[in-house]
Amino acid sequence: MSESQQPQASQRFQVHLFVTCLADLFRPSVAFNSIALLEESGCDVTVPISQTCCGQPSYNTGDYEGTVPLAKRLIETFETADYVVAPSGSCVGMITHHYPNILEGQWRERALELAARTFELTQFLSEISGLKRANELRPEIGSVTYHDSCAGLRELGIQTQPRDLLNTLCKTDLKEMQRTDVCCGFGGTFCAKMPELSANMASDKLDTAQASGAKILAGGDLGCLMNLAGRAKREGMELEVRHIAELLAGDLATPAIGDSSQS
Amino acid sequence: MTVSSNDFVAQAAAALQEPERLRTRNALGTHMPAMRSKAAEEFGDYQALRDHVASVRQHALDNLDYYLPQFEQQALDNGNQVHYARTGTELNDIVLTICQRHNARKVAKGKSMVTEETELNHHLESAGLDVVETDLGEYIVQQAGETPSHIVGPALHKPEAEIRELFLEKHPLGPRELEDPPAMVEEARTVLREHFVSADVGIVGANALIAENGYSLLVTNEGNGDLCANLPNILIVCTTMERVLPRASDAAALVRLLTRSTTGQPISCYTSYYSGPRRQDDIDGPLETHFVLLDNKRSDILASDYKDMLQCIRCGACLNHCPVYIGAGGHAYGSVYQGPMGSVLTPLLNSLEESHALPNACTSCGRCAEVCPANIPLPDLLRDLRHEEYRSKLGSGRWRTGMKLHAWLSQNPRVYRFLTGLTIRTLHRLGRRSGGFTRLPFASGWTQERDFPAPQSDTFMHQYSKQDSQDE
Repeated sequence: MSESQQPQASQRFQVHLFVTCLADLFRPSVAFNSIALLEESGCDVTVPISQTCCGQPSYNTGDYEGTVPLAKRLIETFETADYVVAPSGSCVGMITHHYPNILEGQWRERALELAARTFELTQFLSEISGLKRANELRPEIGSVTYHDSCAGLRELGIQTQPRDLLNTLCKTDLKEMQRTDVCCGFGGTFCAKMPELSANMASDKLDTAQASGAKILAGGDLGCLMNLAGRAKREGMELEVRHIAELLAGDLATPAIGDSSQS
Repeated sequence: MTVSSNDFVAQAAAALQEPERLRTRNALGTHMPAMRSKAAEEFGDYQALRDHVASVRQHALDNLDYYLPQFEQQALDNGNQVHYARTGTELNDIVLTICQRHNARKVAKGKSMVTEETELNHHLESAGLDVVETDLGEYIVQQAGETPSHIVGPALHKPEAEIRELFLEKHPLGPRELEDPPAMVEEARTVLREHFVSADVGIVGANALIAENGYSLLVTNEGNGDLCANLPNILIVCTTMERVLPRASDAAALVRLLTRSTTGQPISCYTSYYSGPRRQDDIDGPLETHFVLLDNKRSDILASDYKDMLQCIRCGACLNHCPVYIGAGGHAYGSVYQGPMGSVLTPLLNSLEESHALPNACTSCGRCAEVCPANIPLPDLLRDLRHEEYRSKLGSGRWRTGMKLHAWLSQNPRVYRFLTGLTIRTLHRLGRRSGGFTRLPFASGWTQERDFPAPQSDTFMHQYSKQDSQDE
């Protein structure tokens, strides 16, 4: 019996979803749509209920010692999974690139093993589970410009994946903005420690997004998106800010980030 | 003008309120990266060149005890005098002593970040010497009584109109127009020529020291370095010990990398090697030449976890690519060195106490490390400095408490769920109509500049658990 004739069940990817703090607290639709997309691409999705934070805020603040227990906790929670998927480049970068730096010995080994099986959502959908969709099932989502989040772009090399997915899973008009490799000014605690500089960067990013002519500004990291949506609202700018999981799933019914949820 | 590195946030906020200067910086942040990236692409295997130079420099740093004495011996054989300075004060004293021994009255200086670091001009001027900066940017900054705002382009912060006014005021040349930059450059050129020929001592920096032949390397685009080095009778080359490279071919490789990284040029307009004093058959050149090699904590850095920082070739690419630098401008850093490289180097050269705000001036976007020709992991070094800041309890107590609470909650999922659930449901109820908050207690840093998007609903985990138990 060739591999392609194996029973259906064993071919399904066993995925544990790392929801991430921001999706859990502020934007559950990102997690629900991530589950929907993973299931559509042939995955069985489990959400380990004891998961919390990857420790990125502590780590970037410089509290390496305080981050170690969080890293160990996350490893214990997720290491039985075949694959770990998260709708955030920076949380995945934390696990794959930074855990090995703060852990030693056995724990470092376990971190590296987990890192090899941990993926950002668009990375997983394009490279591992290979989500495809028939033309008639592709939702119409209008014009979109994609913001490359720094950790996703530079630590994970995510650049073509979200764009390819938007083009092959949706009916969309993808418009590139200028200088997509420049940070939006979120930077975790940076945005609160240095608000003026952060806002200057967010405004620059919003200007280039608007100049692209797109109606929707999409991205893969809620930190960047909440920063950009919040700044757009403050400036009175008409730009829908959305996570890519919502767009790929065709969920435009959910109000955009920072929009009123009561009509 | 005294600016403290720890007042970075306020100084940066003030700099953002100067629209014309911000526009200039934005132009810098757009054009320089484009030029660098074009030059790197045209070169071909740029990464291979980076790796080659980095490995050569690493080798030289690892074997400084071999190459530094080799350089010294070669330089002595070429007729130079070689001095070592442990501190900035020692360098300043050595230079002043040389000047005084020759009864020097005027010093013509090429661009040198090392002497900015040691505040040499101030030291020499206090002793009654006339010191003239001859790099155009340095000259402008010196005339204006300011400090450099960019390690490569010291006067990039000054608008054209300010420079025109400055020249009209400082140069006693009568009524004139100075209508455009070429006219201003021409005037500076004329004024500076007089200084070159009347200077008793020339001081220049070095981009590299070559161990195998005892030469120093200097790249400039204005040729002022060569005039400083060749017209006065005495030449003093001030640099730091980590500039040593084993071979002349290594210096050539360094130039290929440096100029592309700095300005996107395949080579600088002037690339000079200085060997030593005038020889018998030479028609010109200095009569006496000195190398003053500064340590100023480089030995400590070499022995520390920050030794990668010594690989820096001072190209300025990390400044040009840093959106924080572009927003804040160089003066906000309160340091001779700015941008990502300055935010690492300043705490190492001064102290973390005096400059711990700088390692926080980073979003960890990684663009600097991506373009750094010396492959320095700048965001990692900045985070390591924040680690030291955290351990030394230098940062804000509020942040520490907040982070500790967050970490504790994250290890106690039940409490975490309970508290976050309560908060999120409340925020959702309060914010769902407007979509967000314009003010929030405990998040004023956020809401000062942007709205805080209201939570969409109850937490995902709460909704998911309910849905899960219904399914069962």
